[in-house]
Amino acid sequence: MSLHPPAKAWTYWANFLALCVLTVVTWLTARMDLGALSTPVALGIAVIKAALVVLFFMHVWESTPLTKLVIGMSLFILTVLLTFLFTDYATRNYDVLPLDHAAAVSGKH
Amino acid sequence: MQVTEKKHAQEAHDDHGHGHELAHHFVSVEQQHDAGNLGMWMFLTTEVLFFGGLFAAYTIYRYKFEKVFEQASNILDPMLGAINTIVLIFSSVTMAFAVRSAQQGKSKAIVAWLGATIVFGALFLGIKYGEWKHDARLHVFPTSDFNWTWAREKHAEGEHGHGHDSHGPELKGFVFNSPVVPANYIESDSRNPEAKQAKLFFFLYFSMTSLHALHMIIGFGVMAVIMVYAWYGYYTPHYYVPVESVGLYWHFVDLVWIFLFPLLYLLGAHLGAGH
Amino acid sequence: MSTIITSAPALAPASKEPGQGGGVDYLNHETSIASWLLTLDHKRIGILYLVAMSAMFVLGGFYAGLIRAELITPKGDLMSSDFYNKSFTAHGVIMVFFVLIPLVPASLGNFMLPLMIGAKDVAFPRLNLISWYVYMIGAGFTLVALIGGGVDTGWTFYTPLSTTYLNSNVLLTATGLFILGFSSILTGLNFIVTIHRMRCPGMDWFRMPLFVWALYATSVIQLLGTPVIAITLALVGVERLLGVGIFDPRLGGDPILYQHLFWFYSHPAVYIMILPPLGVTNELISTFSRKPIFGYSMMAGASLAIAIFSFIVWAHHMFTSGLSPYAAMFFSLLTFSVAIPSGIKVFTWLATLFRGSISFDSPMLYAYGFIGLFTIGGMTGLFLSTLGTDIHFHDTYFVVAHFHYVMVGGAIVGFMGGLHFIWPKMFGRMYPEFLARMSAILIFVGFNLTFFPQFLVGYLGMPRRYHEYPDEFQVLNVFSTAGATVLGVGYLLPLLYLPWSVFFGEKAGRNPWGATTLDWTHTESPPTPHNFEETPVVTGEPYKYDTLFNKESALAGH
Repeated sequence: MSLHPPAKAWTYWANFLALCVLTVVTWLTARMDLGALSTPVALGIAVIKAALVVLFFMHVWESTPLTKLVIGMSLFILTVLLTFLFTDYATRNYDVLPLDHAAAVSGKH
Repeated sequence: MQVTEKKHAQEAHDDHGHGHELAHHFVSVEQQHDAGNLGMWMFLTTEVLFFGGLFAAYTIYRYKFEKVFEQASNILDPMLGAINTIVLIFSSVTMAFAVRSAQQGKSKAIVAWLGATIVFGALFLGIKYGEWKHDARLHVFPTSDFNWTWAREKHAEGEHGHGHDSHGPELKGFVFNSPVVPANYIESDSRNPEAKQAKLFFFLYFSMTSLHALHMIIGFGVMAVIMVYAWYGYYTPHYYVPVESVGLYWHFVDLVWIFLFPLLYLLGAHLGAGH
Repeated sequence: MSTIITSAPALAPASKEPGQGGGVDYLNHETSIASWLLTLDHKRIGILYLVAMSAMFVLGGFYAGLIRAELITPKGDLMSSDFYNKSFTAHGVIMVFFVLIPLVPASLGNFMLPLMIGAKDVAFPRLNLISWYVYMIGAGFTLVALIGGGVDTGWTFYTPLSTTYLNSNVLLTATGLFILGFSSILTGLNFIVTIHRMRCPGMDWFRMPLFVWALYATSVIQLLGTPVIAITLALVGVERLLGVGIFDPRLGGDPILYQHLFWFYSHPAVYIMILPPLGVTNELISTFSRKPIFGYSMMAGASLAIAIFSFIVWAHHMFTSGLSPYAAMFFSLLTFSVAIPSGIKVFTWLATLFRGSISFDSPMLYAYGFIGLFTIGGMTGLFLSTLGTDIHFHDTYFVVAHFHYVMVGGAIVGFMGGLHFIWPKMFGRMYPEFLARMSAILIFVGFNLTFFPQFLVGYLGMPRRYHEYPDEFQVLNVFSTAGATVLGVGYLLPLLYLPWSVFFGEKAGRNPWGATTLDWTHTESPPTPHNFEETPVVTGEPYKYDTLFNKESALAGH
């Protein structure tokens, strides 16, 4: 009698297959020029793959609410880090100085 | 505080465990297992934020220098990255089976599956080594050896069949015996602000993948130790939390790569060669 | 609602006298050096930390003395500007990383947490010991760098000064701090798992002492924040070694990115420093006013709220660095939110004191000092979070005074109160009460004399981190140095009488303060190695006071 019943073996293989398919999909879509959509699509597929790993390889699907809270908190703080940085970088309306600024100033550009 | 007494664990549960299975400060094997599991998740939380700092730096610089980052990413080979992704995911599968064997109490199977995980992890690192060797030839390591002009030219040549590095003798550069960059390339880089932006991309690429590789190597070490313990039957269906913990760790390593692959390799995949 | 226990049941092997002298306790059951250095007992580990941090405090204080000595006169005559920079850097690094961050959790927290929740130890005793060794190794590296050659960047290591223009002690210091971060992470990890999984039967979340809630919130911050500074220090090191330019504008990098990443940790870090003393104060206020804390759930919620809000306000340290003004406005607004849970705590204490049966024992003197000084520190923080006024105050002594009010007047004073409070439990001895009260008063007076003038001199425009200043600021600086001398005496006394009391102090009973939490009622003073001989079962709230408390009989062990 173990502490948690083991998962069925086929679920791991099914997960693997799904992850392989998604890897191929992301590789193919990257080669297409999707313009502004390319980043969201690539990240979206990555998020789905990550969810599959977390839920089924790491058994979060059947784990306690506490585990899910822990994951949620870490993702929340990570999101804060990534997004709040943009309140600065996306709103700086400074002109970017060319690195050879001296040349620009003296007229030789 | 209102408190009453309770008899000591004389009312023994049959999950009390035997011998080494239960540490003295825990009351039951469930409590011990849950504590170990939670502890590992806590540690993974710190790892999320640790890598997160690098992801933050990447996000900002990609936002600032998007065009150059795409061109720089184009130097990397998405096909190798994709193959590596599948290799690493496969090692996650073998790791999941190792944990499953522990739950079933099959000690030798734990050793076999963990061994397979190490093999595929090592394969991943081997492919990576090959990639880095190629990158060194192109002078994209973010050291003083870095040269963007050279990298783009040689990459374009390489796409159209095998170009030969016939400029200058094959002196030992930084590592991997990369050819020395001639002076005119260095001069061209110093006039090109984009070269510094490209170097930033490669710095982020190498630091993120190195940190990831370092975590894999540490993982191998831990797995090796666990394999030894497993071989001697140390883990039972009542006590396998170390195996489960290293499993969680390894899946986390896989997760990081799942994000690294599109962010580093696929940025510029839509650009043709020679840009 | 429930019956109040007026005498604690007998638990430990029958002892002839209360406290030391009768039974086996965690101090006397093994006494070799190895039994201390290889201990897995959380109580001994707490004491190991206490000793190490006291030594670091003295060292940091020594550098503070150098600073104040230099600042008596306007000219930079005592030392070179370079040495002055190294002094305030050493003072900052030592006090922030080696004293304040681990201060309450690693010593009082390690000692008390299992006792307060009815556990035999923390969840991972070996990790606990490892965290102490990691602390010592990190301290070793950093001290070699600070004392060996010195770093003069300030404890904030701003780039590109630290990456491009400086000596290689920066690398050594960064390595030491990187290692030290793991100590903080391991402690936090241990506490969270302990609190979740090792509470005794009946110890629901809302029956825990509030100190435990504070430790929990602190541990959450430690886990989430520390890795970010770890990677930031690693990037600084790599930039020094490889000359990459991630923070160097000449090479396309952004020095402000360093500041963002640095403060993303360092702001929550200040809440690591203050949350545990806030928790300690709860225990002190309720015990010494013989009243349960007014609004227990609000207090618990406020601790968690502070922990979460602490992560969303970091850029208020960067208002004058070149941030986008829109980001500055955004962070300024958010920073006000952190004041709310802090204010809730202060009002809750006042409500607790109201109509309580208050006393003036030395731990309580520290608690009173804490409330006043923390309030002043917190209110002056509002001036700094207001974008407009911060432009004027940033990098002046106003900031220095503000953070010393919260970090010293708050965290250190709170720690001292907690230390005195649990001293009888830790060693089974009482310290000399007269000396303790005198020290508390000296610390309070000396502290205000040191730092209140700094608000004024900062408002008048004196910049921080300058070893010389215009003559007009001298009078206030002299007051400040005089205060520092008084403060030094106030700190010196406990360093003397506390160790003295371990051997010669009056024996304390199991519960000399008449507290009602599990750690006081159900353990010996000092506790036995395994804390509880039988697992306690909790059936009611934590603070249930019998106002007819007789201190003399409690001391005599009845």
